[in-house]
Amino acid sequence: MMNNKIINNKINNKSLNTEKPEPIIDSAGCDSVRYDSEHNDAGCDAGRRNFVNCALASSALMMVPGMLGAGEEEKPDPNELVLGDGYRPKDHKWGMGIDISKCIGCGRCADACKSENDVPREPFYFRTWVERYRILENGEAVVDSPNGAIDSFDEDKLDERIIRSFFVPKLCNQCEHPPCVQVCPVGASYRVEDGVVLVDRDYCVGCSYCLQACPYGARFLHPETRTAEKCTFCYHRIVKGLVPACVEVCPTQARIFGEMEKKSSPIIRFMRMNNIGVLKHSLNTEPKVFYANLDKEVR
Amino acid sequence: MEPTTHHLYSLFHEISGYIYPNEIELHWKLLIVIYPYLTGLVAGAFILASLVKVFNVQQLKPTYRMSLLTALAFLIAAPLPLLAHLGHPEKSYEIFLTPNTTSAMAMFGFVYAWYLGAVLLLEIWLDYRRDLVLWARKEKGVKKWLHKALSLFSVDIYDKAVRFDKKFVKIITIIGIPSAFLLHGYVGFLFGSIKANPWWSSVLMPIVFLFSAIVSGIALMLIIYMIVTMMKERTVDRACLEKLASFMFYAMIVDFSLEILDFMHRIYESEESIKILAELVSGKLFVSLIVIQLLIGMIIPLMAIAGAKLFKIPFELKKIVYFVSALLVQFGIFSTRWNVVIGGQLFSKSFRGLTAYKMEFLGLEGLMVSLAIMILPLFILWFLFKVLPPWDDARNP
Ligand code: SF4
Ligand code: SF4
Repeated sequence: MMNNKIINNKINNKSLNTEKPEPIIDSAGCDSVRYDSEHNDAGCDAGRRNFVNCALASSALMMVPGMLGAGEEEKPDPNELVLGDGYRPKDHKWGMGIDISKCIGCGRCADACKSENDVPREPFYFRTWVERYRILENGEAVVDSPNGAIDSFDEDKLDERIIRSFFVPKLCNQCEHPPCVQVCPVGASYRVEDGVVLVDRDYCVGCSYCLQACPYGARFLHPETRTAEKCTFCYHRIVKGLVPACVEVCPTQARIFGEMEKKSSPIIRFMRMNNIGVLKHSLNTEPKVFYANLDKEVR
Repeated sequence: MEPTTHHLYSLFHEISGYIYPNEIELHWKLLIVIYPYLTGLVAGAFILASLVKVFNVQQLKPTYRMSLLTALAFLIAAPLPLLAHLGHPEKSYEIFLTPNTTSAMAMFGFVYAWYLGAVLLLEIWLDYRRDLVLWARKEKGVKKWLHKALSLFSVDIYDKAVRFDKKFVKIITIIGIPSAFLLHGYVGFLFGSIKANPWWSSVLMPIVFLFSAIVSGIALMLIIYMIVTMMKERTVDRACLEKLASFMFYAMIVDFSLEILDFMHRIYESEESIKILAELVSGKLFVSLIVIQLLIGMIIPLMAIAGAKLFKIPFELKKIVYFVSALLVQFGIFSTRWNVVIGGQLFSKSFRGLTAYKMEFLGLEGLMVSLAIMILPLFILWFLFKVLPPWDDARNP
């Protein structure tokens, strides 16, 4: 609801939209949000002072960077928004599949994510990480994820015999009912029509309420910007037709990415071929990260 | 800005079990413990004042104005910890400009403004108006003008106008009670509505918050009343003190029952999180929850007050018992806030492990700033007492 309001404002604010937009999502760019904010400042400098409208508008820019043509119409349909490369959020519905039986715990995805998205290298900040589960004979589960598995795992021996062992990559579930979005006091966290949940860095006041509300520990407060961060499915890549960096680098294709509502999509095939589970199903967040071969111990 | 992350490395040794990698650092720290503590005192003090106006508890009259001013002093300080904890306090106005209607936190500004403007300030003004006018008439210089200004330059103190004031005060108090409930129940809702966190997520949360607020507010007024009367070298009104102690006792009984109910409910339901919560309570929270909150802050004062009421002991001794009990209650309620806010972040949402909280000393979220914020309302109160003396003999006949 909030988003539609924002979008409308943006569209009505002609001054923001008359120039031919630059390609917002630069091919070298690894963080769409940052590129947007530059736009924002340029386009809306005087406007910022121009009361709420512009504040709203800037957020719209954040969300829908550089719309093409939309400003020319009198009352355009907010659902007709198009991003820089002709990308229309409403034509897509993204999801990710993770086949636990294929993951070898190499951690290349976690590493690639940090490089791709400028995530601080310290071991406290992750957009994605890999957990190792070792279920012992006595039923106990030993779980770890040293440095998010970026350096993979040591072969440390356990005293008890291991009866099952597997790796589970984790990331933001891009929930259909995202509690993080629900609680954000300023609407800095929002859900795009294609199902991806994003954070507007310019708006975020750093209250950390969303970090508390996310049941999956998928968010962190960036130590430099002091704003909330999370996985965006590499939004800057997917709008150009690329897959997220983690999917790209996975050597075993344990991660699959694609459209949820297009028959030819690999994710549809994935859902057909496997038994599917999601994390913390009972919380009704409706994750869009689907796991094949999910063990009961995984939370 | 230099990111300060080295302190987080030392936390690695404190982790037990498995926590999600993003969970090492607590995101709500001491400041967020203080915030519900302060608003609780506001709500509690106000509800005590309402007992006089709405329920006509005459014995408590000596504390009426004091309670209102105390509520105001603490309310002024209440947003400071919230503001200081934000990553970007300079953007906080966005909460007013573009509030997200589904967010409980976004409502803070509105609840706060309503309570401050429509309830507390108005009630204080109406209650003091006649006195302000009369004081201004007698005084000279700065004080005269201050009181004149505070009365908003009104002059009408004829019976009809004063009667109107009185009636209006009553109406505001009646509106004020649900507002005070709202102010603090809302703070409980902030936590209680987070389904991701089983320690917080509970419908009882707002109600538990409310009753603990009432307990802490009455205890605070008992302390302030006794200290102020002693400092002014007057005698403590026996009936008033007894009533304060009684009401504190009743509120504690309700609060205690609610907490026990919550506890039993959790144990009986034994949800997925029960193991880790049990580990939390018997480990990292043992001292602050079982020893301070439950034993020192609840059971001991309850027994002490009950004992003082049941047995014939000299009033001088009673005074000490009540005073010490009220102090213990303050510690208890502060730990309650601590246990909710900090306790709720010590366990991983994977329910597999615990992290730790190391309080910083300096810095915006450190101990010093928090202490300053806690002491500030006392200074404000001292100032308010100077400007708007709440003593009975300062009233104009
Ligand atoms: S996983 Fe967490 S951060 Fe991602 S959408 Fe769901 S609640 Fe929000
Ligand atoms: S930290 Fe930022 S994104 Fe998260 S709830 Fe607060 S303002 Fe919203």
